Formats: sequence, structure tokens, C-alpha cells
Amino acid sequence: MLPQTRIDARVAALKAEGRPALVTFVTAGDPDYDTSLKVLKALPKAGADIVEFGMPFSDPMAEGPPIQAATLRALNGGQTMVRTLEMVRAFRKEDETTPLVLMGYYNPIYIYGVERFLADAKAAGVDGLIVVDLPPEEDEELCLPALKAGVSFIRLATPTTDDKRLPAVLANTSGFVYYVSITGITGTASADPTRVATAVKRIKGHTDLPVMVGFGVKTGEQAAAIGANADGVVVGSALVNAIRDSLGADGRPTDGTVGAVTRLVEELAAGVRRARSPAPA
Amino acid sequence: MKPNSYRTGPDERGHFGMFGGRYVAETLMPLILELDEAYEAAKKDPAFHAEIAHLHTHYVGRPSPLYFAERLTAHLGGAKIYFKRDELNHTGSHKINNCLGQILLAKRMGKTRIIAETGAGQHGVASATVCARFGFPCEVYMGATDVQRQAPNVFRMKLLGAKVHPVTAGHGTLKDAMNEALRDWVTNVENTYYLIGTAAGPHPYPAMVRDFQSIIGKEVREQIVAAEGRLPDVLVAAVGGGSNAIGLFHPFLDDEGISIIGVEAGGRGLQGKEHCASLTAGRPGVLHGNRTYLLQDDDGQIFEGHSISAGLDYPGIGPEHSWLKDSGRVEYVPITDDETLEAFQLLTRTEGIIPALEPAHALAHVIKIAPTMQKDQIIVMNLCGRGDKDVFTVGKILGFDL
Repeated sequence: MLPQTRIDARVAALKAEGRPALVTFVTAGDPDYDTSLKVLKALPKAGADIVEFGMPFSDPMAEGPPIQAATLRALNGGQTMVRTLEMVRAFRKEDETTPLVLMGYYNPIYIYGVERFLADAKAAGVDGLIVVDLPPEEDEELCLPALKAGVSFIRLATPTTDDKRLPAVLANTSGFVYYVSITGITGTASADPTRVATAVKRIKGHTDLPVMVGFGVKTGEQAAAIGANADGVVVGSALVNAIRDSLGADGRPTDGTVGAVTRLVEELAAGVRRARSPAPA
Repeated sequence: MKPNSYRTGPDERGHFGMFGGRYVAETLMPLILELDEAYEAAKKDPAFHAEIAHLHTHYVGRPSPLYFAERLTAHLGGAKIYFKRDELNHTGSHKINNCLGQILLAKRMGKTRIIAETGAGQHGVASATVCARFGFPCEVYMGATDVQRQAPNVFRMKLLGAKVHPVTAGHGTLKDAMNEALRDWVTNVENTYYLIGTAAGPHPYPAMVRDFQSIIGKEVREQIVAAEGRLPDVLVAAVGGGSNAIGLFHPFLDDEGISIIGVEAGGRGLQGKEHCASLTAGRPGVLHGNRTYLLQDDDGQIFEGHSISAGLDYPGIGPEHSWLKDSGRVEYVPITDDETLEAFQLLTRTEGIIPALEPAHALAHVIKIAPTMQKDQIIVMNLCGRGDKDVFTVGKILGFDL
């Protein structure tokens, strides 16, 4: 039998608990190395079940203004792939169980070198990868080598992924499926929970993997509404906006930066915890 | 190993050797596949080709002349220099060739809204033009820096009914405009057709844009044989994304005796970051849907690049050019801003033609090589755009108060 991954273990535990997962996204190095590492370490304690850590890229084509700005802050702060993996290692020293997924675009991985990247990421304690610009048509690039290296490759499914295409999208996916609930970029429109429920049901008709839903979730209330019919809720732009709003006039982090993120994570965590309890009369 | 033919690419997955491909977000992937199907069907439809041919003749003014530059040839004292005058096309550049093909395809696909990116504004103007002609709403993404330095083209697009979105992200140039157009597309994917302006992006764009631009090289073959009774010795064209160049080169790739040269924007020189010579000074990476040579750092972050010419101000290059470079079939050389300005002025004075700054790069290389060649040898250069849009930029540099 294959060894159980951190993602599988966490998903099983949540299933036993009977509630959806809270998946949080922040950009590595936003706004600087030290603050970002503090934020990363604080996320599970504040209630994040799975953490996504963004690998900054100069041309984030699928991101809206919040994550574009977070990316720019990180790159201006000197963030690189080497430093991102270093942060993962530091995180793993204190947290052996929370699944960590690196998310980003292919070019920085390609330039780092696919084999070297997978070896270093695995050794650092990375559990999965989400790479926005690698559809199943390009699986040979990174997806298949990642699966071979024991790193989950988490695919995005979208409203344009029809039933004909879903099997191809799900074929080499592992860990979970990330359902992008709107056609659009991150941090903009919010999806209608009823339509999301229909879409999640459709995807689950094709796979046993858990389906996490993202794009446009900003509050505990939305997390509860989306989480009612999904295996998890992903929040990113709202968290990097919390970082942005906490910065001083000089763009530097303040004493309030980590707290601004954890407060929102606590609200979202409360949201997913009440997602499936009956509404009070 | 040398391939049997340089003209068979890409494969069905859009690869030219290791270059090309379809590196796009899942939201776009079904649309990319739909576009591929629609284009393959259109290619086989004689009515599609007939409509393009009719518009070429009556709307664009094709075939564009192949002009013997007699005074420039005498001035340089070497090879005979011919210009393919695609600057005489309707809208003033080769961009219209591609826009016509794609707008007819958008119509066939039942799309109702057109978006485009533009650098110098030539593609934006050509897109706005075909949208006006075929009754589509048009939105153009243009870097804020380029909006400033190409003001006449911005006004043209507005006159033509297009909405111009200045993009302030990054350095506000072509790369940033393309990112923003992709963000629009992913948001409005159902009704929107993305009219990419160069032979880059995810498959099938590089091959499709090349096919629409290949009319340039096909005409040159006939025209040079009519004028000289033989094919040329050297072809020269400027490369930014590379659409005018691939349009000229492609029909000649298998003619072994012809030397083919692409001219990149050398900006302020290749020693720093202020250039756009991705083939000469970059390395392969993945951006905007394809693998190709890119200007980037050791962490895979893409540079902004610099060129005096907004149309060449892009840190990448169409994937077929990357393959043609690695296979050795085409030689790529850089030309600096200063060399470009000299060439721009020389052509204006010797031939009475004000070229765009993009083909002025190609011309600067012609000026270098023509004197070293025999008088019975022939160079064909693609004069792909006219310089009206650039007179403000050049005037400013030369110290004229416009």
C-alpha cells in the first residue's frame, strides 16, 4: 500500500469530523521573508487545515489585483524559489502534519529545473503542487514527474471544464481537486453557492477525490455557504489584502500584520465549522 | 539532425521541436481546443480563403509592391535592395493581414466581442479597423507607457470605435498588455475572441498567425521572379513577436541557397537589461502560453526589456523563431536604438519613405551587409510598417519641438 500523504490524512480526519476544510493561500515572501514565515507558521494555529503557498512569478496571468500586488511585494522583497523552499523547510521543523501545497506558474520551476525542484520540494516537506499554466495537455512537463517523485499534482477544474473534458483533467490529479468557481481571475467576483453546489456534485460524479472550491470567498459567512456543499473552501485574495491593509505607509510590515491575517483566518475557520450544522431556528 | 523540411511544423500539439505548446489556465483550455478545431475547418474551406483574397484585393490593397530601392542601393554600393512594401497596406502595416483572417474566424465561431493587445498600436489599429468593418465591439489592452509614446495610434483606435485600456501593471508595455488581455479573456471566455497580434501565444496562434502573414512571402516569391528572374540571396525582417518575419520567411525556409536573417531590438546594447534581444541574449522558458526564448533572470522572472520601438518591446519571441534559431536555419542579430535611428533617417532621405522604427531595425542590418555583397546579389527586406506613428518619438530624440 502507498504511504498515506499528509493531504490524505488531513482529508480523512476532516471527513471524520464532518466538516469542510479551510484552505488558505498566501504569497511566499509577502511582504518580506521574516513576516511571511511568521504568517505561514501562524496559519494552522488560527484554523487553516491546508496551506497553499504562492511561488511568486513576474507575470501572474490568472491573478487579479490583490495577488498581483502581493507578488510584486514579495519580488521586491527579494523572494526567490530558493528562499520559498527554505521557508517550507523552516515551517516543517515546527509542523509535521499540516499539508503544504506550492502554487504558481511553470516558468520559475522550469528554470529551477524540474528534477531538482521536485527533489528539493519533496525534501523540504511540500505535499502538492498547483501550477496554473500546466493543463493536462502538458502533463509530461511536471505532472507525471511529480507523481513519480511522490508529490501530489492538484488540478484546477473550472466552469468551462465540461463533462467531456473532466476525465482528462482528473486523470493524473491527486490530493484534491481545486474547483475554480467562476470564469475569471482571483480576487474579483464571488460565485453563487447554489451553482457551486451543482458544479461540485458534477465533479464528484467523476472522482472520489475531495473537491475544494476557491475564487471570490472573502468572509466567514461565504466560507460557510460554499462549504455546505464542498469538501473545502480556498481563500487567498482576502488574506493577502489583509496583509496589504496592515502595512505601514512605507509599505513595511507592522506589529499588526500577522494578527490581521490570523483574525481573518479565525473568522473563516469558524465559517467552515458551522457550514454543515443546521441553521439556528 | 537537419530536418527534411523546415515548413511542416508544428505537430498536432503545437510544438516546433521543444518550443510552442499550450501552457494556459484550464479555463482557457477548452476554448483553445475549440479555436484549433475551428481554424482547421476554416483552412479546408475554399469560401474562407476566397473571402480573405477578396478583402486583400479590395480592402487591404494587396499585393503590396516589391520595390527596388535604387538610390539606397547606389548609396550603399553593394547588393540590390528590394523592399516588400507592406507599409502601404490599409492601416499602415502587415498587421491587417492577420487581423482579417482572425476576424473572419471569430465570425465563423459565433463570437460577439473582440479583445486585443498592442505594443506600438499597429495591431490595435488593425484590430479596431476589422472590428469596425465587421461590426464587432473591440477592446484593446495597451501598456500605459506605450499609450504615451504612441498617442496618434491611440486616437486612431478610439476613432474606429475601440475602447483602449491603458495597463499600468509592470512597466506598462506589451508584456503587461498581454497579461491583462489574458485576464479579460479568462473572465469573458464564452463570448470573447482574443485576437493575438503576433505569431506567439498558445497553439494554434503561432501557426495560424504565420499562415495569415505568409501572404507576404508568397507574393515576394512571384514578384522577385518577375523582376529578376530568380529568388533572392538574402531575406531580412525585424522580429519582435516575429509575425512579419515569419510571414516573409516561411515560404522560403526550404530554399537552401537563401540566407535568412531576423533582426532583434538591441536597445541600448546587450551588456545590460535594456534591450529585447530574446534570441541572442535570452534562454528558453514558458510565458504567455508557449515555450520560447525569453529574457529572464536566474529565478525565472521575466524582464521588461527595452526598445526605442514599442512594437519590438517584448521579452519573448514566437516559438517557431526559437526553433529556427536552434535548428540553424535562420540567423538572428541585434540592432541598437542608435543604429535604428540612423537607418530611419537614411531611408527617409534616399528613398522618400519614412519607415516605422520596427523595420528600421531590419534596414540597419541591411545597411551593414549590403556593401559587403556583390552587385548582382539581391536582398529582400520586409518594410512592414510606415513611420507616421513614430515621428513624435523620433522628433523628440532628434530635438525637434513638435
